[in-house]
Amino acid sequence: MMERGTFRVKSGLAEMLKGGVIMDVTTAEQAKIAEDAGAVAVMALERVPADIRAQGGVARMADPTKIKEIMAVVSIPVMAKVRIGHFVEAQILQALEIDYIDESEVLTPADQQYHIDKWAFTVPFVCGARDLGEACRRIAEGAAMIRTKGEPGTGNVIEAVRHMRLMNSQIRNLLAAPEEELMRMAKELGAPHEILLIIRREGKLPVVNFAAGGIATPADAAMMMQLGCDGIFVGSGIFKSSDPAVRAQAIVKATAHYNDPKILAEISADLGEPMVGISIDQIPPHEMMQVR
Amino acid sequence: MRIGVLALQGAVREHLAVIDRLEHEGSIVKEAADLVRIDGLILPGGESTAISRLMDEELVRRLSQLARDGLPLFGTCAGMILLANQIEAGKSCRLNAIDITVHRNAFGRQIESFETKLTITGIGSNVPAVFIRAPYITRVGDGVQVLAYHMSNSKTTSSSLGFPVMAKEKNVLVASFHPELTDDLRIHRYFLAMVEAAN
Repeated sequence: MMERGTFRVKSGLAEMLKGGVIMDVTTAEQAKIAEDAGAVAVMALERVPADIRAQGGVARMADPTKIKEIMAVVSIPVMAKVRIGHFVEAQILQALEIDYIDESEVLTPADQQYHIDKWAFTVPFVCGARDLGEACRRIAEGAAMIRTKGEPGTGNVIEAVRHMRLMNSQIRNLLAAPEEELMRMAKELGAPHEILLIIRREGKLPVVNFAAGGIATPADAAMMMQLGCDGIFVGSGIFKSSDPAVRAQAIVKATAHYNDPKILAEISADLGEPMVGISIDQIPPHEMMQVR
Repeated sequence: MRIGVLALQGAVREHLAVIDRLEHEGSIVKEAADLVRIDGLILPGGESTAISRLMDEELVRRLSQLARDGLPLFGTCAGMILLANQIEAGKSCRLNAIDITVHRNAFGRQIESFETKLTITGIGSNVPAVFIRAPYITRVGDGVQVLAYHMSNSKTTSSSLGFPVMAKEKNVLVASFHPELTDDLRIHRYFLAMVEAAN
């Protein structure tokens, strides 16, 4: 007996990434820098979110040649993004034997109504969520890992903080609620009732929840960890800064030692310029990625 | 007993939960100073390159010494890679605590990850085992006992037993897979018996 693609095997890889940093990379050289800095995985994409935001146009799955180049140079897991609902991009990534698929709001959605049926795949999926209802819907569709959406490409952590705090408080309410309130909670959250039951049984989400969308400094990463996330995605924050290798290492260390302000003070020093950030209220509503 | 879990990255929580279920005290180890007053240490699964980079020289030096002094150690997946004294493809080793050569990501990428049931010497049969981008052992030294093999249906080996996936040398126990992701506590019980015997 030997079973592949079980939910335990899919969510298990995400469990192994806990306490680690997953970095966006656009080239093989960047992937190598990320691995050498101690990243637990890299996310292969065509343009980092900050450039997608600046340049506009339709953002799609990366070119398979580029993905293969990145897979060839690192031994850590390689993830890649597909457009929301674009199940054929996902089939292509599975054929490339990518390790994890991110069905991501950073790319331009391909379907206004439906996400991918992730149970149909052997390769596991990670999806973004702003609140518990969204997280539960994605888990019910087969996602084996959740991350906050934050507001990608801004270098501004405020939205990731909001999403993590909201999810935590909704989970606390769920755990404290009497049995007879569950169905109404499911209705109000837009969350499948059976996923809420699983959360009540386990006392937490059945999959890991990473922070993503706007993390740019070691202190940002450590704050998200102290708020209770399981690990960190850094998108534009590393390769849009003045010294990516040094910043990448510092964010890795900050994520491991998130509870030790002395170490955080040491590693936050002399990192060069962080990426230039954007204030959320300067973004026109139709350019917000998190609402996708 | 007090069991340390190396907590720089990876499946730390799961091992601590199992130690708790078996009614022992778990303790987080991030630096050399955390190694005092522990009776045994678990090196969890995670990304071996990341964990390796997060281990400072003092921690490596102290841990290697404790391994030689007989502190019971149990490495799962990445933990096994950190404990091995040789890695295929020239990756550098960290702790040199067990005389085996390990092949990283040996079964392939995530799409090849699987779960199965193993028969393990000294533990029993039908032990659930989750293999995630798992390594296997390609060489064992004279003093090393292989406790379990896995016969893959996609990768071939010249051995009629399959690939060695669990081994023991004196105070050091290693597994390619993740017992901490299952509800079967037999492997952790086996390690705790090693710890008890050593004290």
